[in-house]
Amino acid sequence: MKKTWIRAAAVAAGLCMSAAAFAQKTEVSFYFPIAVGGPITKIIDGYATQFNKENPSYNVTPVYSGTYQETIVKVLTAHKAGKPPTSAILLSTDTFTLADEGAIAPIDDFVKTDADRAWLKSFFPAFLLNGQFDNKTWGVPFQRSTVVLYWNKQLFKEAGLDPNKPPQTWAETISMGQKLTKKDASGNVTQWGIQVPSSGFPYWLFQGFSTQNGGILANAAGNAVKYDDPKVVEALQYWVDLSRKHGIHPPGVVEWGTTPRDFLERKAAMIWTTTGNLTNIRSNAKFDFGVAMLPAGERRGSPTGGGNFFIFKKATAAEQAGAFKFAQWLTQPERAAQWSIDTGYVAVSPASYETAALKKYAADFPPALVARDQLPHAVAELSTHDNQRVTKALNDGLQAALTGAKTPAQAMKDAQTEANRLLRGYK
Amino acid sequence: MHVGLRHIHAYLLLLPAFIFLVGFTHYPAIGTLLDSLMSTPRAGRAAVFVGLENYALMMDDPTFWKSLRNNFWFALVTIPVSIALSIAMALWVNDKIAGRQFLRMSYFLPTVLPMIAVANIWIFFYTPGYGLINQVLQLFGVASQNWLGDPSLVLGSVIVVAIWKEAGFFMIFYLAALQTLNPSYKEAAQIEGASAWYFFRRVQWPLLMPTTIFVLVNALINAFRMVDHIIVMTKGGPDNASSLLLFYLYEVGFKFWDQGYASALTAVLLAILALVGLLQFFVLDRRTHYR
Repeated sequence: MKKTWIRAAAVAAGLCMSAAAFAQKTEVSFYFPIAVGGPITKIIDGYATQFNKENPSYNVTPVYSGTYQETIVKVLTAHKAGKPPTSAILLSTDTFTLADEGAIAPIDDFVKTDADRAWLKSFFPAFLLNGQFDNKTWGVPFQRSTVVLYWNKQLFKEAGLDPNKPPQTWAETISMGQKLTKKDASGNVTQWGIQVPSSGFPYWLFQGFSTQNGGILANAAGNAVKYDDPKVVEALQYWVDLSRKHGIHPPGVVEWGTTPRDFLERKAAMIWTTTGNLTNIRSNAKFDFGVAMLPAGERRGSPTGGGNFFIFKKATAAEQAGAFKFAQWLTQPERAAQWSIDTGYVAVSPASYETAALKKYAADFPPALVARDQLPHAVAELSTHDNQRVTKALNDGLQAALTGAKTPAQAMKDAQTEANRLLRGYK
Repeated sequence: MHVGLRHIHAYLLLLPAFIFLVGFTHYPAIGTLLDSLMSTPRAGRAAVFVGLENYALMMDDPTFWKSLRNNFWFALVTIPVSIALSIAMALWVNDKIAGRQFLRMSYFLPTVLPMIAVANIWIFFYTPGYGLINQVLQLFGVASQNWLGDPSLVLGSVIVVAIWKEAGFFMIFYLAALQTLNPSYKEAAQIEGASAWYFFRRVQWPLLMPTTIFVLVNALINAFRMVDHIIVMTKGGPDNASSLLLFYLYEVGFKFWDQGYASALTAVLLAILALVGLLQFFVLDRRTHYR
């Protein structure tokens, strides 16, 4: 607390001085959330200081604003009161919500030169998907992630499996999972074969299953969903069966937050979770582990996740220009590479994987490349108009099926009915 | 002094407090009531008057009813249990026993800790398999339970956390009240040969009644206000099995950005809390013996 005050006072003093010295400086406020471990605030503050030094006409002020949810509450409330920040990092899935509220300006408005156009084309296409609709790009990929499989090589060896071969298909997940599930004398499971968390935002993990089974949950325009598509229901049936039929997955809803811990405690031999947990698991695992792409059903597949950089509509043109410049500066290949190394997020452009820093890092630690290799199979994260509500309909349905309150078909039918009702105004 | 002048004087003295009360309590409450009769404004579409449509929507909203039902059970269990526990703890640490200060502190500790932090710890207590609670149960041969992932157990699990958090806080009030009781009552009771239970039931409990009323009202309000741990531990899941009214209100207001409907939910919550307040003033107060 004290530190924060001192820092705030220092920032305030700095602002006064710089305002006096360079009256023509353009203020660019930048709100950012923190969703992974590590000294994120320090890194971002460092970026702002360096950017301001290189661009004396701008003064970027980073503001740490809590979780993603707290950040969007802050910026949308400020937007409604007429004074939003100039720029912010927010969930890429909130693009529709932000645009519907009239809060953000399309990035295309600022793309003027050939260099700008080349820059916008430099990102992995999978990361741009969530920021695009109505033929416009609304957000710049910044801190992005995807779902991957972590497996415990030691437990694989104990079960008589090849420790260097994770499951490649849905069928292998089941056959390996059966070998990896252990019970004690009284029949209680002491070690699960596989664990896929389902608390809070089960739709994200589920999108792995549904994509692998060839189902696409929402259209690109964000005004229709296909929760009750037979392929989606089948995917849910598979997830439910891992526990109910095959007994290799914990029953009920599995907590997202404790899943990495379960893996570290050897309670689960394989887990699905975000690439963002890589650094955490790497520093705490007392056994050899591997990271792999999610197993394939009909095809491979995983959703992307994480946050985009947005520029706000109500800011002045000069402030927006500063924010745009800052966004370009942040996503330069070298910087994106270092950001990926420091945080575990996937670097946003192929060019950053060609940098010396990231090449060296990947040579020391090959799992860092798995997320990138999976990107060609990745799809846009579920996102629609009225996003959080339409997503909640799916979340409730998934949890109802996983806890056995409803059959997968019934759960998805109910979720579809609710989503249709919510989306009817956006057709 | 002239009577009229005296009134003006009194009102002038009350004015500063009055401004804050109106500005931060009455004006927002009335504003919310008005908003609940309007549609949600979106970009390019201003709010329009929709009458009671938001309330009609609420009647058909299964999540609202589920949250209300959950909240009812939440209140029904947390209030009596935390009050009973807090009295028991207060009676115990009021006695002259060794390590009294330490006991008092440890009972009060949960109140001091921030809810967000302890909820994160409780998640690990409840973890299936190696979580503290399951480990203890397994010593007695009970199979591991998925406390937060089973719809039939989750509400009970979050209730336990609420009781753990609240009982220590209420204990402080009871402890303070017990220490103001005249020690001669106790001596008299001992001379008369009254049992400890009889002394509690006939002397301490009636004398503690004003404290109990205060604690009861606080507990009732808290039952509708405590949602931090829901946000951290379950996000209302699985399938809304642990959703409480205020949590649902937060979701509608700040995740779905549906201002009209959120205002209507707020109005319902306000009505419930107003009823609780009235209950205190008109029913319980009359039956309580204040010295």
